[in-house]
Amino acid sequence: MIERVGQIRGEAAAAISGASTTAELDDVRIRFLGRRAELPQLLRSVAELPAEERGEAGRAANEARQELEAMIEARGAELELAELEAGLEGGRVDVTLPGSPAEPVGSLHLLTQTRREIEDVFCGLGYTVYAGPEIETVHYNFDALNHDRSHPARARTDTFYVEGGGEGPDERLLRTHTSPMQVRVMEEHPPPVALLIPGRVYRRDSDATHTPQFHQVEGLVVDEDVTLADLKGTLLAFARAIFGDGREIRLRPHFFPFTEPSVEVDVSCFMCSAGALEDGSRCPLCKGTGWLEVLGSGMVDPNVFGWVREGGYDPERHQGFAFGLGIERIAMLRHGIPDLRIFYDNDLRFLRQFA
Amino acid sequence: MLVPIEWLEEYVQTGMEPGELAERLALTGTEVDRVHDAATVGDEKLVVGHVTACEKHPDADRLRVCTVDVGADEPSTIVCGAPNVAAGQTVAVALPGSRLPDGTKIKKSKLRGVASAGMILSERELGLSEEHDGIMVLDEGPEPGSPLSAALPAPGAVLELEITPNRPDCLGIYGVAREVHAATGAPLAAPPWAGDPGESSVGQAPAGIEVTVEDSALCPRFTARVFEEVKVGPSPAWLADRMRAAGQRPINNIVDITNYVMLLCGHPLHAFDLDRVAGGRLVVRAARDGEKLVTLDGEERELVAQDCVIADDEGVTSLAGVMGGERSEVSEQTTRVLLEVAVWEPAMINRTAQRLALRSEASARFEKGLSPEGALEALATASALVCELAGASLLPGTLDVGGPGEPGPTIGLREERLAGLLGSPVTINRAAEILESLGFGVELSGGELTATVPHFRRRDVTREADLIEEVARVEGFGDLPATLPPNRSGRAGGLTPAQALVRRAEDLLAGRGLSEVVGWSFGDPQALAAFTDGDLIRIENPMSEAQSAMRPTVLPSLLDLAALNASRGAGRIALFESGTAYAPAPAGAPLPASERHELAALLAGPVRPPTWLDTEPQPAGIFTASALVGDLMAALGVAWEPREGGPSFLQPGRAATVATAEGDMGWFGEVHPAVCARWGLEAPVAALAIDLGELAATAPGPARFEPFASVPPVREDLAVILPATVGAGELVACIRGAGGELVSEVEIFDVYSGDQVGEGKVSLAVHVEFRDPKRTLTDEDVAPLRERIVAAIGGELGGELRG
Repeated sequence: MIERVGQIRGEAAAAISGASTTAELDDVRIRFLGRRAELPQLLRSVAELPAEERGEAGRAANEARQELEAMIEARGAELELAELEAGLEGGRVDVTLPGSPAEPVGSLHLLTQTRREIEDVFCGLGYTVYAGPEIETVHYNFDALNHDRSHPARARTDTFYVEGGGEGPDERLLRTHTSPMQVRVMEEHPPPVALLIPGRVYRRDSDATHTPQFHQVEGLVVDEDVTLADLKGTLLAFARAIFGDGREIRLRPHFFPFTEPSVEVDVSCFMCSAGALEDGSRCPLCKGTGWLEVLGSGMVDPNVFGWVREGGYDPERHQGFAFGLGIERIAMLRHGIPDLRIFYDNDLRFLRQFA
Repeated sequence: MLVPIEWLEEYVQTGMEPGELAERLALTGTEVDRVHDAATVGDEKLVVGHVTACEKHPDADRLRVCTVDVGADEPSTIVCGAPNVAAGQTVAVALPGSRLPDGTKIKKSKLRGVASAGMILSERELGLSEEHDGIMVLDEGPEPGSPLSAALPAPGAVLELEITPNRPDCLGIYGVAREVHAATGAPLAAPPWAGDPGESSVGQAPAGIEVTVEDSALCPRFTARVFEEVKVGPSPAWLADRMRAAGQRPINNIVDITNYVMLLCGHPLHAFDLDRVAGGRLVVRAARDGEKLVTLDGEERELVAQDCVIADDEGVTSLAGVMGGERSEVSEQTTRVLLEVAVWEPAMINRTAQRLALRSEASARFEKGLSPEGALEALATASALVCELAGASLLPGTLDVGGPGEPGPTIGLREERLAGLLGSPVTINRAAEILESLGFGVELSGGELTATVPHFRRRDVTREADLIEEVARVEGFGDLPATLPPNRSGRAGGLTPAQALVRRAEDLLAGRGLSEVVGWSFGDPQALAAFTDGDLIRIENPMSEAQSAMRPTVLPSLLDLAALNASRGAGRIALFESGTAYAPAPAGAPLPASERHELAALLAGPVRPPTWLDTEPQPAGIFTASALVGDLMAALGVAWEPREGGPSFLQPGRAATVATAEGDMGWFGEVHPAVCARWGLEAPVAALAIDLGELAATAPGPARFEPFASVPPVREDLAVILPATVGAGELVACIRGAGGELVSEVEIFDVYSGDQVGEGKVSLAVHVEFRDPKRTLTDEDVAPLRERIVAAIGGELGGELRG
């Protein structure tokens, strides 16, 4: 009997490895391990053997059965995987077809992106961000910012006034800069302050380098010992954050009614070296000067503090700096935008370029 | 302000190259727009030519065909359009292959069929001046073909300066020379008014002229002198050259002297033909409304009472400080000249020049405020020139109404204040040196500096801060350390929670595939009127009618930009703007206007671009807008519900209001087809707007954790037939109300109307989820709730379960 078990085991093993489909394997299983198959029947007949043979024969038959079951299971797993793989072949797709559904990537306007970046730089330096009214009064836009009565910016050729907007210091206009908020915030907040005021401003001008509305960011820092050197350090940190680590700045004296001294600030050009490109030609961005004019600033004029004495500002004791920069200008320089009007055209092809 | 270096060097010689000087000036406060470098006329193909013949072009009235000897074997034929070209002239010629100073390359060309071998040049083309009315005619002498550089008069660089409004003293060459002196340390020559031929007669009035100043506020000083035996004629070459280099056209010696002295001293002058001053009397007075004057430019001007005039016995003869009158203009026949130098009230000059759109060199200076002392300096400078260049004799006497101004103030400068503001030490001795070089009187005693402000800086320098600025700018900022200010506010910088929420909302829309735009704040009032029930804020002086009113909501900007992009072929439009909407302030409001920060979006066309798998995405409509509002409100953490009905620019029946516990915070829906049509957009156009500023400011603080139940819910689906007038929102509210706290979720998952439910009815299918956080509910727990809900739907809404 033991001999027969060995034979069956050999035949079955060959049949199992010879099965090429799971169906064939199933047939093999029934043939060798099914109820009527020889091996189970041999197992059942072990009881009829003489006692001294039972143990050995039973063990041999049992081992053979278990071994065959394991072989069938292993072979079955193999065949199943192969059949699955074969089936997947029919599911092959063209992976180069476009994805779907097309959920488009939206975008923030480049002016928003630029403004946020500037805000983040100054928030990192300890500033608080404020927003202020775009429709202002003559008082806040000009008078309290020390503009001469005959300052040309007050003219109706330069500044938009509101129809029926009153007279004198309360006359209403569209603010020409974000600077009026310097005064408004100081009225409400005693020193020390460090503020940033982004916003939309308006001037009566329209060509490739002027649009009747544009965007500025105003900065103001006031304490008892804030110096021009602090202004320089602050703007250097800003320039490096926005235009790159290697940037330098230079301060050129200028005139603004509400700062004294006033300076214009140039950043060293990030496209070239001292005005020349690598091939020696003149840099088109800085026009060969090596410097890019980016903003105006200065030490707050004591007369401005004179308007906010009640807020706790003493022109003899307090000092500080203010700066104002154009968001459009920064974005144009950084991204090589040739014409200011592109920002307001809002062509989707432009908007998507800066997604 | 054009400053010829050659002229400047009469008063200060720096030995610097023009570019170097320009940079030094720029870094000490005088902006240099450009350096016009006349040395670039070095191209050897720019030559002297001699016009031997000049004939009319056969096919063009304005063109002449010139035969020009350019030193070659054969004369060149050059076509020229200048009215003043004539045979016999010596001219500047650009031969083919040459390059003009501005970079223009000259080539052989054909003009109306006639070949032209080069170009006869004007002064502007040579970069010498702005003169472009005709070609430049050279003095005779240089050989044809010789290089132009050798034949041109006084070649030299010209600095184009941008003078800030506080520095009218730099609108004169001598003032610029003083600035150069301070900036470079090069010595400054004596002023041009040293050696006044009329010095001895200051204090007595000249004979033959009477002047009355009716309003000294309008005219703080009026000075004049009389010259006889004046010979009016062309100016000498040196003067004419300087005029041209400074951008002025020479006219005759007297007019040129007035312009020359204005450019030199910064103070305008005016010459009258004294024989044409009726009655020999001048009155300075306010103009009368409707009075008329023909000014020197030949234009008749109508005046108003706010103008100031100089009148004689026959009426107005000059528009004070802006432009002289034609009637008393100096001409070839003039022999007696009244030379007037006055000071005018700046605001009056500014108003008049603006109203008449007549910004002259004179008005540009007077409107910045000139000093009374400067008037006499200019008069002295001009007196010497009139005597010298026009052979005139100066009558004794200097008319002077008003006299000099108050002596300049004296201001103290503290060393510690100087260093404390700059953040870098500057010695008081260095400060004294700088102020002296700028013309201040300086006294130093024991470390205390007291400065006397010169008359030409009286309006600009009045305080210690102004002195500090003067010292700082000349000292320069190159060596200033770069430090950061201390932060003693006790606050960390950063965005407020509301500002962060604004960004979150904007980012959300961008993340949903919308593109942010930046529209115009102003628009056409006719178009904007449809977007508000109230008044628009209008602009008194808009650039155009189409930009004359402030938008009452952001939507019209989005419609503009949707229309623009649609016209450029965009199929799917999804835009938003985070911007301001404007309305007049209610009475008594603290701010000048009511400004809202609105977040508005517009969607038209398919919600997504179609793809090969998704060939017909649904078109954007009210539910697209509704979903976006829901997402935004969820991001802002504000509970809301839609309420039927919205603003009138939305389509009735497809308009809703965003209702919150704090009040209405916006709207959404589909834009009214009539509004779409006005913008040329195809309906439907979905839109929404929320009051982002208000919502972000009132949004709840940081969200609190709420435990979520781990027990499984019991789900029931109900199909309900309702009268069509009942909204889904009402059904949801009814189920929640009747089911009580155990109802955790109600969701509409199907909507049907049609034959099977009958006319005027709608069938809504709802998932209802019940959950008790403390225990697992059984069907027996839920059964009575379900019954109550069904009863409420019947009782409150007139609905019934679907069969």
